[in-house]
Amino acid sequence: MSPILVLDDVSVRLPAGGDRSHAMANVSLSLAANEILCVVGESGSGKSMTANAIMRLLPGGVAIDGGRILFEGRDLCRLGEAQMREVRGAGIAMIFQEPMTALNPLRTIGDQIGEMFELHTDLPAAEIAARTLALLEEVRIPDPALAFRAYPHELSGGQRQRAMIAMALALDPKVLIADEPTTALDVTTQAQILKLIRDLQRRKGTAVLFITHDFGVVAEIADRVAVMREGRVVEAGATAAVLGEPRHAYTRQLIAAVPPLEAPPPRQLSGEPILALAHVSKTYRTGGFLGRGKRVTHAVRDVSLVLPRGATLGIVGESGSGKSTLARCLVRLIDPESGEIRLNGVDLAGLSREEMRAATRRIQMVFQDPFASLNPRRKAGEAVAQGLVVHGMARPQALARARELFGLVGLDPAATERYPHEFSGGQRQRIGLARALALEPEVLVADEPVSALDVSVQAQVLKLLAELRERLGLSIVFITHDLRVAAQVCDLVAVMQRGEVVEAGPIGAVFGAPQHPYTRELLASIPGREIGAGRRFAEEPTA
Amino acid sequence: MDLVKRYLRSPAAVIGLLLLVLVLAMAATADLFYPRDPLALAGRPLIWPFSNPRFLLGTDNSGRDIAAQIFHGARISLLIGGVATAISIMIGITIGAFAGYYGAFVDTALMRVTEAFQTLPNFLLLLVLVAVFGSTLTTVTIAIGIVSWPASARLTRAEFLSLRNREFVQAGRTLGLRDARLIFGEILPNALPPVIVYASVVMAIAILLESALAFLKLSDPNVASWGNLIGAGRDVLRVQWYVSAIPGIAILITVLAVSLVGQGLNDALNPRLKRR
Repeated sequence: MSPILVLDDVSVRLPAGGDRSHAMANVSLSLAANEILCVVGESGSGKSMTANAIMRLLPGGVAIDGGRILFEGRDLCRLGEAQMREVRGAGIAMIFQEPMTALNPLRTIGDQIGEMFELHTDLPAAEIAARTLALLEEVRIPDPALAFRAYPHELSGGQRQRAMIAMALALDPKVLIADEPTTALDVTTQAQILKLIRDLQRRKGTAVLFITHDFGVVAEIADRVAVMREGRVVEAGATAAVLGEPRHAYTRQLIAAVPPLEAPPPRQLSGEPILALAHVSKTYRTGGFLGRGKRVTHAVRDVSLVLPRGATLGIVGESGSGKSTLARCLVRLIDPESGEIRLNGVDLAGLSREEMRAATRRIQMVFQDPFASLNPRRKAGEAVAQGLVVHGMARPQALARARELFGLVGLDPAATERYPHEFSGGQRQRIGLARALALEPEVLVADEPVSALDVSVQAQVLKLLAELRERLGLSIVFITHDLRVAAQVCDLVAVMQRGEVVEAGPIGAVFGAPQHPYTRELLASIPGREIGAGRRFAEEPTA
Repeated sequence: MDLVKRYLRSPAAVIGLLLLVLVLAMAATADLFYPRDPLALAGRPLIWPFSNPRFLLGTDNSGRDIAAQIFHGARISLLIGGVATAISIMIGITIGAFAGYYGAFVDTALMRVTEAFQTLPNFLLLLVLVAVFGSTLTTVTIAIGIVSWPASARLTRAEFLSLRNREFVQAGRTLGLRDARLIFGEILPNALPPVIVYASVVMAIAILLESALAFLKLSDPNVASWGNLIGAGRDVLRVQWYVSAIPGIAILITVLAVSLVGQGLNDALNPRLKRR
């Protein structure tokens, strides 16, 4: 079959003064009707730029400076802006990562989908409404008539993404570009959306260019794969070939960094508990006047867990399950309203603010977002030394200790003089780790410490965390939504849903033989389950 | 360094800076060019500008040298503008920081006070303060500072509301930092840029407020301020209009300079907003 979209030696130039001259360098790809091509790569690989270049929606100062983009034989680079507008939406449609920001919050879903018809066709209003409703049914939104009248904020993330897909498919485009469409979604929702895209694509024969960083998603959905790195396609081919026998070293490295889903053999755990939670609850009450219209949210409901000394307790769940609230309760960023949090026998929940300030030495936290968790106006070394100074160490000693800690987490001790924006995401997360370790805590609470990182960087940070656990005798509470990561680092795991722990136990047992239906659903939703497993299998004979 | 480069890229900002330097130079060299008391009688009253080489800008209705008053007045205007702005921004930051950081009851209480100040026309409030406490240079300056803080308090509060839940603030709290340190050490430096930019607006308003007071002859009559000169010229406005017009132009240039510098700073501190 002849390809419908061809990128022939396309280069995209970046403004002068960046870290490289081209966002895309000599990229050649081809996409045939009725196939899904996954473009996979880490952040900065130029994969999103590829989508933007095809749509000719490049940010200011960025321009295509070589090659041809052929859509049905026409070179998109040579089209005028008016002709290009006709191609967008009708010929090539796009869906984005975050449906909330891609939808206009002030207009109803039906109105926004209908706009596609208004712009590109002369259909009467009644016909537009009927077609819009049909589309919403096609993407299997629950209660399409209600969704038609709903505003974006009234729908869930998954429903919004379905609405976006409906909008993209409104005019039966030949090509659909999906830029990380499931990255912002929970794993169970992601599984549904992937299935939906696959089904619709099969039924309509659309060509899909699917951009993702996740090899699990690739395994799940792709017919062919192109791996990008620093603006170049390093390897392309059929999915089974690329995932099964990667030829390029970078592809091999990326696939090796995907953590397998099975847990390693269990470690011997200490019988002595260091942290024990008993019946911890936190409820949010919003709105309401004289008891009317009140909304009560049980963010954490009656959670009881035990962390043995030296072990890692994983808390997994989807967004809104209360896992982050629980983490914040442990370090008293949020005050739980009932229950006990015993650290070495001392109930943290019962301490006064002043007592808790002293107790922070013994329990520390690592945050999710390496960009938001460091003060942009404070040197990295000072950020690490800060805790020590607050707890009474003299400034020069604290700064010297900060340099040692930088060494401990694998950073250059001289880098203490630099500001956070001069570090990469992975390095910042190491700084956050150094800051938490400065006070020599017994328990470390890590709230999604690797979910903002690329897969290869993620692997390095997880390895560091495991090393530090051994060396410093740390006990860790590890919050994550990523079950693969949990399988690799945790000894014990607790699965949370709507504020409650539905299942808890040794990781091998919970993941190997899940008892609760929700745990089973979570595990079944993980895309590309066979990836890590296949590798483990393949590696063993050589080892 | 980067900031300076970005600032100098905008022609308007550079013009503003040059004008401001000019006013500052006038203030600095007042004693050099006009060593005598600017309020002393110097010659025949109401000499038109450029008609007598001894009085380049002429004399006012009591025979005082206008050029001398303009030079010395630059000092007073800048002094009042600077000190009143400092007072106003300091009150604004403190109230805004506490309201934004603590939220809930503290926020409600402080914001109601702020609104009370905002609903009163600030010139009326200024008149009351000056009427009650007298019109020396000190009381006028403090009074201007007191009537012009609410906007900077609201600005600081808005910044604090968005910054206080950032992870680096939570990280500080988990390290055991006290509230005062979190407010002034962690959040405030990040909240400051828009407030600094707004300070230029406050400074321009302060200079105008003082002139308005002086025009009503309610400012300190014992100092040579531009406002006082405008006030004096009011009696001869229909024929010898230059007595009011010259200090008026001086005020216009100073306020314009301060505003341009503020705008330039804003663009330099938010380079992303500038580009569009």
